[in-house]
Amino acid sequence: MSTFTQSAVTALELIISRDPALWTIVGRSLAVSATACLLACGLGLVLGSWLGVARFRGRGACLTLLNTMLAVPSVVVGLVVYLLLSRSGLFGAWGWLFSFKAMVVAQALLVLPVVTALTRQVVEDAEHGHGEQLRSLGAGTLLRSGLLAWDERFALLTVLIAAFGRAVSEVGAVMIVGGNIDGFTRVMTTAIALETSKGDLPLALGLGLVLLAVMLLLNSLISLVRGWRQKVEGGSFAGPAGVPA
Amino acid sequence: MRAGFVMGSLLDLRGVDLSYGPVRALIGIDLRIDAGERVALVGGNGSGKSTLLRLLHGLLRPDEGSVARDASARQAMVFQRPFMLRTSVQNNVALGLWLDGMRWRQARMQALEALARVDMEMLATRNARALSGGQQQRVALARAWALRPALWLLDEPTASLDPHAKREVEALMADFARPSAQQTMTMVFASHNLGQVKRLASRVVYLERGRVLADLPVGEFFDAPRLQAASSAAHLFVKGELA
Repeated sequence: MSTFTQSAVTALELIISRDPALWTIVGRSLAVSATACLLACGLGLVLGSWLGVARFRGRGACLTLLNTMLAVPSVVVGLVVYLLLSRSGLFGAWGWLFSFKAMVVAQALLVLPVVTALTRQVVEDAEHGHGEQLRSLGAGTLLRSGLLAWDERFALLTVLIAAFGRAVSEVGAVMIVGGNIDGFTRVMTTAIALETSKGDLPLALGLGLVLLAVMLLLNSLISLVRGWRQKVEGGSFAGPAGVPA
Repeated sequence: MRAGFVMGSLLDLRGVDLSYGPVRALIGIDLRIDAGERVALVGGNGSGKSTLLRLLHGLLRPDEGSVARDASARQAMVFQRPFMLRTSVQNNVALGLWLDGMRWRQARMQALEALARVDMEMLATRNARALSGGQQQRVALARAWALRPALWLLDEPTASLDPHAKREVEALMADFARPSAQQTMTMVFASHNLGQVKRLASRVVYLERGRVLADLPVGEFFDAPRLQAASSAAHLFVKGELA
């Protein structure tokens, strides 16, 4: 039996036997990413919707900056958060470094541009298609951004799921600000990196499989939402407004 | 109301120019819409009909010239492809009233009344996006009717409908344009359908490349010698459309 097969079998045994070490890490990882996504989505959805509708001087520069933030490596986000939360940093007095909160902040900052940029795109497309009709009914910028975001809720749900996927699978930021402390700030990705370097491949592979399963579940959710939406809106009928179903 | 506004007119455009970048969409438009008129805007694609309607509704502002409107006259616009939110038909109609300042619960109640007006109350709970094009256009008419407008602006409301839906929507347009004891109805609509223009309009404005080339009572517009005397371009257009 090859090392990979042997590790995979042991990894499956760890998953099935509900190994406490493995499932504690999985639980913490999901909790950090879910909290970070909630925070990022709260702000990102509002900001992105507004950017999709509002027209102001300097908007182009704002969008360029936002799109640039999409490509910022997670280690850079981790480094910035580390500097802010370290003893000599701006928020050093809070004592958040190497804690659950620090990891949440880092992942929220990492995901915020993703949620904002994708929401902006979705709402701006909707604004181009229908904003004029809402304006004709008397809806101002804020109302329009809210109405269009709500109307595009299925597309935005996909954005949220994608954001969670980005958060849960990143390793650089949480490694720097969390410190990968056993039983405290160790999450799936940092544990995989550590266990692989230690040569404990079954645990690393087990965590990898769970991470894959989480991503599979998220993608299945997206498909389910799409299917349900098509069913609710009458199959492939796009409506006279030519709105994609 | 600006100085020079003529009493009895709902809209008064003087020397209006409007451009989309380098493209001049409207050039030197002088147009007065009086209460009770049913004005058809006629012309080929890109002639400026839709732009003019948007300008009349306040969705666009002129680069040059002035647009004076009777502030006391409520107006509503219906588009060629109505936008329906992903929610029930009733909520879509209520939206217009809610945006107009009415409480949501009351708006939903009045929406049912408006839907009954277009014979759509049976579909009130249906998802508006799942309706056919003709049904969506009727919902859009109900949404506009709920606002009790004195001035209707309609941008080719039957252009993308099948013949049956076209007849239904046209019948509603004729019905809404009819003056009631409470209100004098005014309607401005863009159309490619000259038959429809003949049936609904009292006055026809012919546009070509952003300019008004003919502005005649409907009887004169469809009288070939008179139209030719007024505008040979408009005469050629009508001849081509009826050929």
